[in-house]
Amino acid sequence: MLEVREVATFYGAIQALHGVDLDVAAGEIVTLIGANGAGKSTLLMTICGSPRARTGSIRLEGQDITHLPTHEIVLRGVAQVPEGRRIFPRMSVYENLQMGAIVADPAHFQKDIERVFEMFPRLAERREQRGGTLSGGEQQMLAIGRALMSRPRLLLLDEPSLGLAPLIVRQIFEAIGRIAREEKVTIFLVEQNAYHALRLADRGYVLVNGRVRLSGTGRELLANPEIRSAYLEGGHE
Amino acid sequence: MAYFTQQLINAITLGAIYGLIAIGYTMVYGIIGMINFAHGEVFMIGAFISLIGFMICAMLGIGSGAVAIILVLLVAMTFTAIYGWAIERTAYRPLRGSFKLAPLISAIGVSILLQNYVQLAQGARPKPGGHVVEGGFNLFSADGFDVRVTWLQIVIVVVTVVLMAGFSWLIAATPLGRQQRACEQDMKMASLLGVNVDRTISLTFVMGAALAAVAGAMFLMYYGIIDFFIGFLAGIKAFTAAVLGGIGSLPGAMLGGLLIGLIEVFWAGYFSSEYKDVAVFAILVLVLIFRPTGLLGKPEIEKV
Ligand SMILES: Nc1ncnc2c1ncn2[C@@H]1O[C@H](COP(=O)(O)OP(=O)(O)OP(=O)(O)O)[C@@H](O)[C@H]1O
Ligand SMILES: [Mg+2]
Repeated sequence: MLEVREVATFYGAIQALHGVDLDVAAGEIVTLIGANGAGKSTLLMTICGSPRARTGSIRLEGQDITHLPTHEIVLRGVAQVPEGRRIFPRMSVYENLQMGAIVADPAHFQKDIERVFEMFPRLAERREQRGGTLSGGEQQMLAIGRALMSRPRLLLLDEPSLGLAPLIVRQIFEAIGRIAREEKVTIFLVEQNAYHALRLADRGYVLVNGRVRLSGTGRELLANPEIRSAYLEGGHE
Repeated sequence: MAYFTQQLINAITLGAIYGLIAIGYTMVYGIIGMINFAHGEVFMIGAFISLIGFMICAMLGIGSGAVAIILVLLVAMTFTAIYGWAIERTAYRPLRGSFKLAPLISAIGVSILLQNYVQLAQGARPKPGGHVVEGGFNLFSADGFDVRVTWLQIVIVVVTVVLMAGFSWLIAATPLGRQQRACEQDMKMASLLGVNVDRTISLTFVMGAALAAVAGAMFLMYYGIIDFFIGFLAGIKAFTAAVLGGIGSLPGAMLGGLLIGLIEVFWAGYFSSEYKDVAVFAILVLVLIFRPTGLLGKPEIEKV
């Protein structure tokens, strides 16, 4: 589904990714964990072409997308729930969801929005509320719902549990699991919440200073002492 | 009372023209955060294209004023929109992402270029034209004073109201307008959802230029004479209108246009017509000092 090869990304003179290699197969849930500043968000944005990889290549379903403009990458079935959610603050919940459906077939719109409202009933109650006035958890639900509206084949999620209460975190992870199972969406999940992420994921990668340091199945990584000390300190959740 | 009413009618007419120009400033500022100082010249180009359009209509023997106006508006909107598109493409887009003053300097360059180009192509002397709608009627008479409404004033106000309503609807309720607003609020996120951001910015310039072209046509018809320099004053006044209403706000631009029309006309009518431009600029300075977000400006406090 997704092949990332030797990708190096720069912000001006600062190099954020130093030759990253990873794969996500169709139907998998793959997670990427790493400390603050490791380059996780940079990798997700590089997959979407903004910023662009300076060297290396990114292939989606066998096609090279390294040099495509962002909106064309999205058109090929990639959706992102970005860091900080990036809800349009002066648009209603409904309009935010409409924005998600830009690249989708308009004939699916009604069905898809009902599906999102069924998954996140709180959004249905707040359909006309402005995005900027939603709570953090509601914004996260909206960001995920908005991404689903495009009917992506590959969903990129950047720290969807950040700043949310444990109960909401559990709901969000449940929703991600459902999306993978029921909608057959391939998922690439960036998380600091390593425990939840590794339990949900088929496989995981660990990013350290812009390089992939470790990879393995979710279970292997959870059992790895290095991971336990670096990313699971302080217990679960 | 009669004198007041007369001034009010004149002010609304003028305010309509400023409002149409102001929309172009406010939309461009909203989407890329830049003051397009060449926009006044785009309006001037629109007026000249209209002038040529009316001449061609006369040559073709189109007698009906309404038909001529509709034809001229369509032609002026189309060609001026091409100018707007080309300016963004050549003078601003290559500078996107460089330092903040660069496009501003480029805008001033474009503005001088367009003035000189029209001066060379059309001559420096004022050109008369656009006399297609004559006459009017007396609304009422009082204190020995006739309050007169010309048909042209009605045409200007009606066309403006229709265009502003249509344009507001376009922005508020169509997919195109939604994408435009999305780019305004978070350009990167819009592109992550599949919006072609470059195309949306181009369209913003195109729409602003088309509205400025209508303003140019109406300015020509209203004053009956134009020269290559009209874009400077009208541009600054419309810019003031946009700032007064709240730069970035579409209803703000319309309201600001109306208010600037009122201030200018009433100042000239009750104080001195010599200082009417100064009055407008004083407003600009005062707004910038005391209420930089304008009357309908967006509040900055917003949870994102
Ligand atoms: N726009 C930018 N300009 C310059 N440097 C940047 C920019 N964005 C990120 N960086 C740098 O790139 C590196 C990787 O940042 P990135 O946001 O990808 O980290 P992250 O793994 O997502 O961290 P976090 O867990 O805190 O979100 C950091 O050193 C950061 O300072
Ligand atoms: Mg990050």
